[in-house]
Formats: sequence, structure tokens, C-alpha cells
Amino acid sequence: MVETKKIFSQKQVLSWMCILIAVLPLAIPNMNFHHVMIMFVIFAALGQSWNIITGFAGQTSFGHAAFFGIGAYTSSVLFWKYMVSPWVGMLLGALIAMGVAVIVSYPCFQLKGHYFAIATLAIGEIIQQIFVSWEYVEGATGISLPILPEGFLQLQFHQSKLPYFYIAYVLFVLVIVVAYGIEHSKMGYYLKAIRESQEAGEAIGINPTRYKLFAMMISSFMTAIFGSLYAQYILYIDPFMVFSLPLSMKIVLLTVLGGLGTLYGPIIGAAILIPLSEYTRILFGGTGKGIDLIIFGLLVVLVACYQPKGMIGLFGGWARKGQRTGGEKGE
Amino acid sequence: MNKVMLKVDGITMRFGNLIANEDVEFQVHEGEIVSLIGPNGAGKTTLFNCITGFYKPYAGRVIFRGKDITFLPPHQICRLGLTRTFQIVKTLKEMTVKENILTGAFLHARKRKEAEAIAEEIIELTHLTGKKDQLGANLTIADKKRLEIARALATKPLMLMLDETMAGLNQTEIKEAMELCVKLKKAGVTLVIVEHIMEAIMPISDRVIVLNSGKKIAEGAPEDVVKDEQVIKAYLGERYYAKSKKC
Repeated sequence: MVETKKIFSQKQVLSWMCILIAVLPLAIPNMNFHHVMIMFVIFAALGQSWNIITGFAGQTSFGHAAFFGIGAYTSSVLFWKYMVSPWVGMLLGALIAMGVAVIVSYPCFQLKGHYFAIATLAIGEIIQQIFVSWEYVEGATGISLPILPEGFLQLQFHQSKLPYFYIAYVLFVLVIVVAYGIEHSKMGYYLKAIRESQEAGEAIGINPTRYKLFAMMISSFMTAIFGSLYAQYILYIDPFMVFSLPLSMKIVLLTVLGGLGTLYGPIIGAAILIPLSEYTRILFGGTGKGIDLIIFGLLVVLVACYQPKGMIGLFGGWARKGQRTGGEKGE
Repeated sequence: MNKVMLKVDGITMRFGNLIANEDVEFQVHEGEIVSLIGPNGAGKTTLFNCITGFYKPYAGRVIFRGKDITFLPPHQICRLGLTRTFQIVKTLKEMTVKENILTGAFLHARKRKEAEAIAEEIIELTHLTGKKDQLGANLTIADKKRLEIARALATKPLMLMLDETMAGLNQTEIKEAMELCVKLKKAGVTLVIVEHIMEAIMPISDRVIVLNSGKKIAEGAPEDVVKDEQVIKAYLGERYYAKSKKC
């Protein structure tokens, strides 16, 4: 293999990415653009969370919308029925999602490969059905959150989208810090070992179930937080929105497009998919539905054929990881 | 005689009607190199899997340093100091050589720095220094096998079980592997080796155990075992054994 020159460390590249993301909305004061940036940050963080269980640990989850929805519903129901601050709801939602993740994935971890993926898919659908027919949370009608005066405590802002953006941004940075911490610690190595070969992992003293469970707990916790945030931003949720399979798939696809198992992947993927989907919607209105996914589908096919490790594979010198997973022959 | 490290007591393993191991028993003492040989399909790897917790034996017990480990999962057995390698190498392909070894080193390291130190030491010991930044997937088979041993060594085992780590290597590489085994023995690691290559295994083994169709047929010093009638029969077949007697 060609000796790669690491011009920038991973930490530096990530920091510059974060700084760029932080200043962009200030540089371009446009409502539409701010909305796109909020969605971008939320989805990049969702991709990053999903990446921990699937990219690092190799356990493909097609049911992450379930955790997203649980987060959204917990904070919304508490806020709407009992006027509990969304921040409390967010934390509770994340804890509940984590609990559900443990209960659901413990038996699923006995399954391997495709079977695990199918099980998560089924569980996502089951949870959606429960919420569709659950009277207490208004079933399929969904919940319209009461509009309150602006404020940080009630997590509502009506004048500008910037506060939403910066709240989402701070959480996004936290998610990156967590993912970075995991990747460079014992846990990261253990998760990757499990991904590469569970048996080899066991032979060197790794308890696969325990580490997969940890990864799932962290992943679901962070996913649920962004569910709550999303609900507070849109101020309306229904089961078809927050528990949908397309939502799960969006998280999957953007990470795969960007680069599975790398910290840059979800950011790059979201930077392509989210503007694409939001701007086609703005341009074509209702009729634009699906155009973004057509283009995106095409991109995914191209990436799968020519750069299986994702867009990150194109940026050879950036990260050693990108280069060495580029699929070239050794020496 | 040193104290008993591993005691395998009447292990029987069956898959449906197929009996892979039948009432196998032997002991391994501290600091020994014990080889496990036998024709293909003799049940050597199955026995390995039973000892290291990958299979739950149908009957019998495995005692490691006085503790019954028969039904412990592999990762707990590894924690106790008994580590194995795989016949079909399980390199962590998308990780570099150093990362492969580091993953093993985390077992007994609290901090990353400690793990790095252990990893460096193992890289040196196994002569992988020049290749430490290569991806596991890009290694040659000889290096993959060496990495397999290195990763296992990083867990600081008291006893290491090597499953055909010399198969597919050339003469020089076999020599290096033999030297490594002797070096490990000197460092106080007890070794159990499954191997087909006799010229490699005979000079370094203290004791040889021979398996044939799941049963232990001989045990003893290398030079005695090769003269054993049963062993010759097992390897060459009944007819050839008879012929060799005639002339």
C-alpha cells in the first residue's frame, strides 16, 4: 500500500467541519437555508448514532425510526398532556428508548447477519402499529403540540430558526464527541472486532452480547434525543412520520452513501441527501415528492458499484481510514 | 513434574450420530509444549473447540488451573488465561496489524496507553514491526497466521492453543514459527499445538498426543510415539503397516 501522508488528523478535520457548519447559517441569513441546515444537523447526528451500532459493531439496524419515534412521542405527550418541559421529556424519552432497545435487541442479538436486520425491521413496524392504534396518544391522528411563547425552557422559537439550529448543533457536536470517544477507546476496538469476526473477538476475551448491547443503548439514546428535538421543531407528530420505515432507510442510506463505519460518513451523506430532499421539495412543492429519493437511489447504486466504502473513499488523503478502505490492492 | 495446567477429563462430543470425540482425556503441565496430532478428521479441532468453550461437550469436563471451565463462554475462558488461534485465520480485515493486536491487548489494560505498550511489545516479539500499519486484509497467509498468534498473545495468556498455525507456510516461515514457539515456552507460556507438519512439531514438543477417529490412541515423548504401532496404522493404513513388517 502506498504510504499515506496524513496532512490533517481526524480531530482537525472534524473540528473544521463543525466550525464550518456553525458559521454557515450566520453567513447565509435565509429562512429556507436555515431549515435545511437544521434538518442536515439532525440527520447527520442520526446517521452518526446509527453508525455506532451498524458501522462500528456491524449489526445492521433497519428499525432506528422506532427510537426516534419513542423520543418524539415521549417529550410530546408529556408536554401536551402535562406541560412537562421538553428538555425533561427529551431525557426521559432517551431513557425509555434505551430501555426498549435493551429489551428488544437482547433476543435479537442471538440472530446473525441478515436475520438481525430483518428482526429490527419487523420491530420498527410493530412499534409503529402500536402507536397507530393507541388512543391515549391520539393514534393515527397524531399530536399537535400547543404553541407557547418563545423560550429556551419550552424549546419553542417563532421569530427565527437560528435558536433551533444552535440547539441541534450543540447536540450534534456532542454526538460526534461521543462517537469519536468510542472509536478511539477499548469499546471502539471491541465493536470493530465483533464486526470483523465475532468468534475471533470471543477468543480474545470480548463478550459480544455485552458490547453490542452497550452500542445499541448509546445509539438508541442519541437517536431518541433527536426525535424529541424534531418534534419540538415541527410541532406536530404522527406515527407515519416519526416511526416510518422511510425514515429508518434515510438514516441508513445517508450513512452508507457517506461512508459506513467512519465518523465523516454520516456528515458527508447528510450534506448530500438533506439539501437534495429539502430543496427538491421547495422547488417542486408536493409534486417533488420522491425526486430526491430517485436521485439519491442512483447515487447509492453508483457508490455501491464503484466506491463500496462510500463517498469518503474519494477523499484518499484526508483520512487514512478513507484510503485504506478504498479497496485497492496491497503494495 | 510441574503442576497441572489443563486437565481434559473424558470429553465426548457428538454431532447427531457422528461422534467427533470419544472419552478423550489428557493433562498438560505448566511450561510444556504438547502437540496434538492425528489424520484429517481425527477430531483435533473439535477438541479445541470443546476446551475453549466454543462447543459445549456432550460429556466430560475441562479443568483449567483447578477451575471447571467446561461450560464457560469463550471470552471468560480467555480472561482466565487460556487463549486460542483458529485454523482458518480470522484476521480482523478492516483493521491494521497494530489495531488487530491492540484489540487483544485491551483485555488486561485499563488505559489505552497500557494496551499500546503491550501491543508494541508483541509486535516486536512476532517480527511484525515492518507491517504494523498494513491492513489485515492485505497480509500474506504467513503473516496472517503470525498475526493470529500475535493477537492471541496480546491477551497475555498463560496457555496458548495453536490450531495448525504452520499449515501453508514455506520452510523458512516454519522455522520462524518454531523459533517463536520455543521463545514463548521460555517466556513461560504453556503451549498446545495442533499440527500436521511432523518435522516442525517433533523437535519442539515435550509430549505428543495422537488422536484417531475421535479417540486418543497414543501419548508420550515424540520419539516413542512415532514408533507406536497404532499410530503407524492410523497414518499409513492397516495394509501398509503389514507390508512394512514383512520387509
